[in-house]
Amino acid sequence: MAYTAEKPALAETSDQLRARIPGWGVDLDPRDRPSVPRERFDPGSSGAHWDFPERQPEKWPRERSNEHKFLTPVFGTSCPPKGVSGAMRKYAYKRFSEARAAHWLILVAADRVDSLGSHFRSFLTLRPDNPITETGIRSELTHHGLASRMGKKRADLAHQPLDPVIIAGPWVLGGVAAYAGLKRVRKSVGRGAAQSRVTITS
Amino acid sequence: MQAMVYRGPYKIRVENKDIPPIEHPNDAIVRVTMGAICGSDLHLYHGMIPDTRVGHTFGHEFIGVVEEVGSSVQNLKRGDRVMVPFNVFCGSCFFCARGLYSNCHNVNPNATAVGGIYGYSHTCGGYDGGQAEFVRVPFADVGPTIIPDWMDDEDAVLLTDACPTGYFGAQLGDIVEGDVVVVFGAGPVGLFAAKSAWLMGAGRVIVIDHLEYRLEKARTFAHAETYNFTEYDDIVVHMKKITDHLGADVAIDAVGAEADGNFLQHVAGAKFKLQGGSPVALNWAIDSVRKGATVSVVGAYGPIFSAVKFGDAVNKGLTLRMNQCPVKRQWPRLFEHVRNGYLKPSDIVTHRIPLEHIAEGYHIFSAKLDGCIKPLIVPNAA
Ligand SMILES: NC(=O)c1ccc[n+]([C@@H]2O[C@H](COP(=O)([O-])OP(=O)(O)OC[C@H]3O[C@@H](n4cnc5c(N)ncnc54)[C@H](O)[C@@H]3O)[C@@H](O)[C@H]2O)c1
Ligand SMILES: [Zn+2]
Ligand SMILES: [Zn+2]
Repeated sequence: MAYTAEKPALAETSDQLRARIPGWGVDLDPRDRPSVPRERFDPGSSGAHWDFPERQPEKWPRERSNEHKFLTPVFGTSCPPKGVSGAMRKYAYKRFSEARAAHWLILVAADRVDSLGSHFRSFLTLRPDNPITETGIRSELTHHGLASRMGKKRADLAHQPLDPVIIAGPWVLGGVAAYAGLKRVRKSVGRGAAQSRVTITS
Repeated sequence: MQAMVYRGPYKIRVENKDIPPIEHPNDAIVRVTMGAICGSDLHLYHGMIPDTRVGHTFGHEFIGVVEEVGSSVQNLKRGDRVMVPFNVFCGSCFFCARGLYSNCHNVNPNATAVGGIYGYSHTCGGYDGGQAEFVRVPFADVGPTIIPDWMDDEDAVLLTDACPTGYFGAQLGDIVEGDVVVVFGAGPVGLFAAKSAWLMGAGRVIVIDHLEYRLEKARTFAHAETYNFTEYDDIVVHMKKITDHLGADVAIDAVGAEADGNFLQHVAGAKFKLQGGSPVALNWAIDSVRKGATVSVVGAYGPIFSAVKFGDAVNKGLTLRMNQCPVKRQWPRLFEHVRNGYLKPSDIVTHRIPLEHIAEGYHIFSAKLDGCIKPLIVPNAA
């Protein structure tokens, strides 16, 4: 009990636990565990045969945190920055350190611009985004979507209805934009046609 | 090659990509034979990690066969069967020299606050990951290890992240004999943390979640005492009640940024990305331990601030310990434990999904359908 000196007794002794649970206590000594002490200076043990690694060629100006002294010798080359989102990303890296909320918020905003733009661009390709296959939603039918939720006290059921909103957002926005665009085109085509009719009759 | 590709929040598909080339003399190209989806991948999938670009291939848990090596690689050759830790690390920087492989300073230009991770956004270095047929593995002489003959592939793939992370989480708790340990989260990481707590001599191991089927696994696989937080008005009070009002000696947060249990926190963090994560489980951990306790955090949080109850942590004199797991540092000991039968990582695998159906795999794991605990990904060619 917390109000007196002794610790509450455990239901099982160490010997009982050792008998019940395979491996109980094999790492009992806190000093004899792989990540103890936290820092163990042993540069020879990693397999590295360099003091500082050779530098990987930089094939495009690689964005980097302004808290780094220089571009790290090795880096990932997935998805170079492109378009508007790319410009936002480069700005976030150049202008704001990791300590600044702006750095991360601009990157998150760039992510949204990137995914929206990519969805729209995909409709001009042979492989447009497909909300059914890409969300894996079909597994609701094949993997007991209903039974996995019905009658279960799952805390995540409260917010799962928000998922479709987040998923469908880009398509809804895209639909609205496409509709507005179409209307404008139709209007200007209509106006053009009306004008040409006027010219013919005059 | 076929590769999983991110298309925006909750949307992924399989695309044909070029096989990655060698970009550095110590690179290897590995043909993936088995991969997995991690709880961390869900944070990416839900669009929570800044600088996750459309076209990026996820996947930081994988094993495979060496296809090609760069000119300076000495320890691996074509044809070797390897397991690759989820950390990309150089082995020689200030941090690697001290065994902090998850905090390497030479592999992530995008951020100094986090090391390199395969397939984990540009915030973690912009490396394409292993949910693909091939993957570039930097520092081939440092990260990968040849899979021992006696080890099963499914055990090997779980030893690249989930199992060592749970084990590391238990170490961060500084458990001593007889400690009462409470683990938040009965996902793969929480299950391994609970199991590992016993190895370190815990006297009582409690696991909290809201998914009954996972709590069932915590009872059978991790021999734990379990509580479903939805059955209690206030889980913190319940934790006090069952510990004679002292509180646990150690808590482990194996939930991270998408914790449930508080609608506002969850929606602000996980859905609208207004904070770096929903720290519900972390706050419960802080409040349910005793004064002077240790809280170990292996659940992942984004780089944006989160509403953590720091005052309680200060006033209770808590020790907060946390990190990404330096996987390779755990391997020699974990290999022994697996060989001795103390740990059977593959016991938690529930689904084996072909790479071409990975979109369904993500949905099943994310929406917790079909009793899913750990889904493996198997490329067609494997
Ligand atoms: N530090 C590292 O090196 C490292 C490595 C791997 C994973 N992780 C992180 O660990 C966390 C867990 O990973 P996982 O693969 O087990 O994921 P998971 O999503 O399968 O498991 C999380 C579990 O937490 C449960 N949960 C949700 N809210 C809860 C709450 N308030 N209290 C208790 N349980 C709650 C969920 O129901 C789920 O079972 C993730 O955040 C992941 O990013 C960190
Ligand atoms: Zn992971
Ligand atoms: Zn390093």
